[in-house]
Amino acid sequence: MILQLLAPAVLIGIATSGILLATPYLYAALGEMFGQISGVLNLGVEGIMLVAAFAAYYVVYSSGNLIAGLAVAIVVGALMGLLMAFISITLKAEQGISGIGVYLFGLGLSDLLFRVTIGTPTPVNGFPSLQIPFLSDLPVLGPVLFSQNILVYGAFLFVPFSWFALNKTTIGLKIRAVGQTPEAADSLGISVAGVRYLTVTFGGAMAGIAGASLSIALLNIFQQNLTSGLGFIAVALVYFGGWRPLRIMLGALLFSMVSALQLWIQTLGLGLPSDIAGMLPYVLTIIALIFAARQIVTQPTALTKPFERGE
Amino acid sequence: MIQSVELKNITKRFPGVLANDHINLRVNAGEIVALLGENGAGKSTLMKILYGMYRPDEGEICINDQAVTISSPNDALRQGIGMIHQHFQLVPGFTVVENVALGLKSSRGPLTDLDVVSRRMLELAKQYGLQVDPSAYVWQLAVGQQQRVEIIKALYRNASLLILDEPTAVLTPNEVDEFFNILRRLRENGHALIFISHKLQEVMAISDRVTVLRGGRVVGEVATRDTTKQELAQMMVGRQVITRWEKQAAQETEPILRVQNLTVLGDKNLPAVKNLSLHVCPGEILGIAGVSGNGQRELAEAIAGLRRATTGSITSEGREIANHSPAHIIHSNIAFIPEERMLMGVVREFSVAQNAILETHDQLPYSRYTFFNFSAVNQTAARLVNDFEVKTPSLETPIKVLSGGNIQKLILARELERAPRFLLAAQPTRGVDIGATEYIHRRLIEQRARGTAILLISEDLEEVIALSDRVAVMYEGEIVGVLPPTTPVEELGLYMAGAKRA
Ligand SMILES: Nc1ncnc2c1ncn2[C@@H]1O[C@H](COP(=O)(O)OP(=O)(O)O)[C@@H](O)[C@H]1O
Ligand SMILES: [Mg+2]
Repeated sequence: MILQLLAPAVLIGIATSGILLATPYLYAALGEMFGQISGVLNLGVEGIMLVAAFAAYYVVYSSGNLIAGLAVAIVVGALMGLLMAFISITLKAEQGISGIGVYLFGLGLSDLLFRVTIGTPTPVNGFPSLQIPFLSDLPVLGPVLFSQNILVYGAFLFVPFSWFALNKTTIGLKIRAVGQTPEAADSLGISVAGVRYLTVTFGGAMAGIAGASLSIALLNIFQQNLTSGLGFIAVALVYFGGWRPLRIMLGALLFSMVSALQLWIQTLGLGLPSDIAGMLPYVLTIIALIFAARQIVTQPTALTKPFERGE
Repeated sequence: MIQSVELKNITKRFPGVLANDHINLRVNAGEIVALLGENGAGKSTLMKILYGMYRPDEGEICINDQAVTISSPNDALRQGIGMIHQHFQLVPGFTVVENVALGLKSSRGPLTDLDVVSRRMLELAKQYGLQVDPSAYVWQLAVGQQQRVEIIKALYRNASLLILDEPTAVLTPNEVDEFFNILRRLRENGHALIFISHKLQEVMAISDRVTVLRGGRVVGEVATRDTTKQELAQMMVGRQVITRWEKQAAQETEPILRVQNLTVLGDKNLPAVKNLSLHVCPGEILGIAGVSGNGQRELAEAIAGLRRATTGSITSEGREIANHSPAHIIHSNIAFIPEERMLMGVVREFSVAQNAILETHDQLPYSRYTFFNFSAVNQTAARLVNDFEVKTPSLETPIKVLSGGNIQKLILARELERAPRFLLAAQPTRGVDIGATEYIHRRLIEQRARGTAILLISEDLEEVIALSDRVAVMYEGEIVGVLPPTTPVEELGLYMAGAKRA
């Protein structure tokens, strides 16, 4: 029966949906990565995704305008990122706790707004798949890689973009410095708070896209707790990837492929209890994190530490 | 271009401390002003105010006789004020060139121009004799090299007033000479320099004028040529200090510590200590002199059991201790004063009392059946604090709030309490003020008289000369000569620079 899983059609199916499912992880995790590298842990990603997912869904539901929906999700995400930045940078609140607060706020707010405005989950028309000329005609690779929607392509382009931004730009240099030795950055006239506001707000905007990718590109629907833990896994992926974009992408793919595999196990009725199958991705995360924790990486040493001059 | 900078009536209070009390200080272009004072005198605070890191509670700053507000390091940099901090402001995970480029405008807009920076940096480095590899990671560099990076950073930013906060603490005599040459060149080019130190000899050698701080107040202001070391020391400490020690000649007897053909790898996995042999006899101080980064740290760590010895042996009283656990070594009558006192000497967050019994906390009388006997702990801690003149508000105070000198006294007290046969003292007075240094030196000499074998590793050559019976010079992981402490400093300097070997 395991052999059923190895059938070409099933493998292609797993790869296709794996790549699709990696999309929200990539936006959320890479956005979060910027914040963490600058020293701020935002555990509220999940909440931001929920509110942005609803906002995008609502705009598309009422106007049918996908671009407007995406733009609104970005703005909403950025605003919530700004809120998190204010709480953790200006008010210097404990980041682990304030992030959970932002999550709970987002969870409640998105559900409330949904109930007040729409009430029952109603599908919308999301981003259509975009066939890349010629490449999408390739056997196997065509459908897997080159017949996805635009947000999927964007997510994967975000990987080299992040790497480039971090390693080849002056702002990337500042972000890394602020997360490792804020005193040194401060002594050179770099605004530690400014850089952190920027990264956390940017991370919020990216979490916004992640939310929108669920509600108006992948699932094309909204319901209570639509994200169901995805944002938290994205935070874990940042650690797993050792704050490096490429490794974060590998983590996201691994995780989404296992999720897809798990769906197929259930679809094919392989006799594995669905609860066990559903646990797979999470068990895998835990195992992966244990191993990831053992490697030595240049981690942002000032992560979760508010900066105070003269300490 | 800065013609003059003047601090007028600067006052700064911290909770419970008046760090600066109506201080006046003026420095002109083409002039080196020394700011002299013991630890805690308020030197760094004053300079951080000038550099925009703190706001003064009272007083004003004038540049070229115009009042200015400097409310951030950015303001300071824009005004042409650069600062080299006592605690280096470098990002350890960055390369040298990344550290230099950090915060600079790039010639490529939003993209970094590390190759451009690297090239200009090398020019500057060559011009001022500040050799350093732009692509090396800062965490891999020795302290002395890190300092060079700091200097390059400031020069790169065209600072016309340079504030140097205890810049020589990590340099060797020859390096200090070179460094002073750089300062002189800067002075000739019309730079203004504020040089902070508590080393009198250096102040005498380099400065044009001296301002002495004590307890946050200016206690003296003199032209350097009109004063003497003795006068300055007295102003700074408020009493007479001893720098020369009388001691009985040591006897050559059966050594306590023997290191034979020791090889130890450094952080980069290259040999940092190479086939090194030495011995220390009871009642003897063997001083290891050398430029920072020549394997002293690795040698100390290998002896203390904190780093693997690849080959060779280390014996104490005839027993092999190489590659034994630090706990085993501690319990073999060996005491260790580590170079990184905040990292390895104490637990920052623990109280003075807890730190006082750190190594013996699981033994009688401090604990029994895993339960602490707090009265025994406090009794010992109180005695050590009292005997070693550790200035602390209470035994419960977290050790991190004490000054470096007081922390070091407590470490010394704790180590000597165990009546060690062998004492390894690595940089025992680095960053410690004259008063505390004098005290620590006296204790080391006393311990020597009691028959303890002492291995003193120090980058402060004066200290090595003042205390040692024999001076071993380390260069690139080897001992290149064992000389009597009466050897002229210039000659020792040649050994330290690798230009001469026995
Ligand atoms: N950020 C701070 N908070 C509280 N007290 C401080 C702070 N910085 C310095 N101090 C205190 O101010 C006094 C002067 O310190 P400092 O300027 O560092 O002296 P110096 O550089 O001469 O050794 C000391 O008593 C020190 O404990
Ligand atoms: Mg100081």
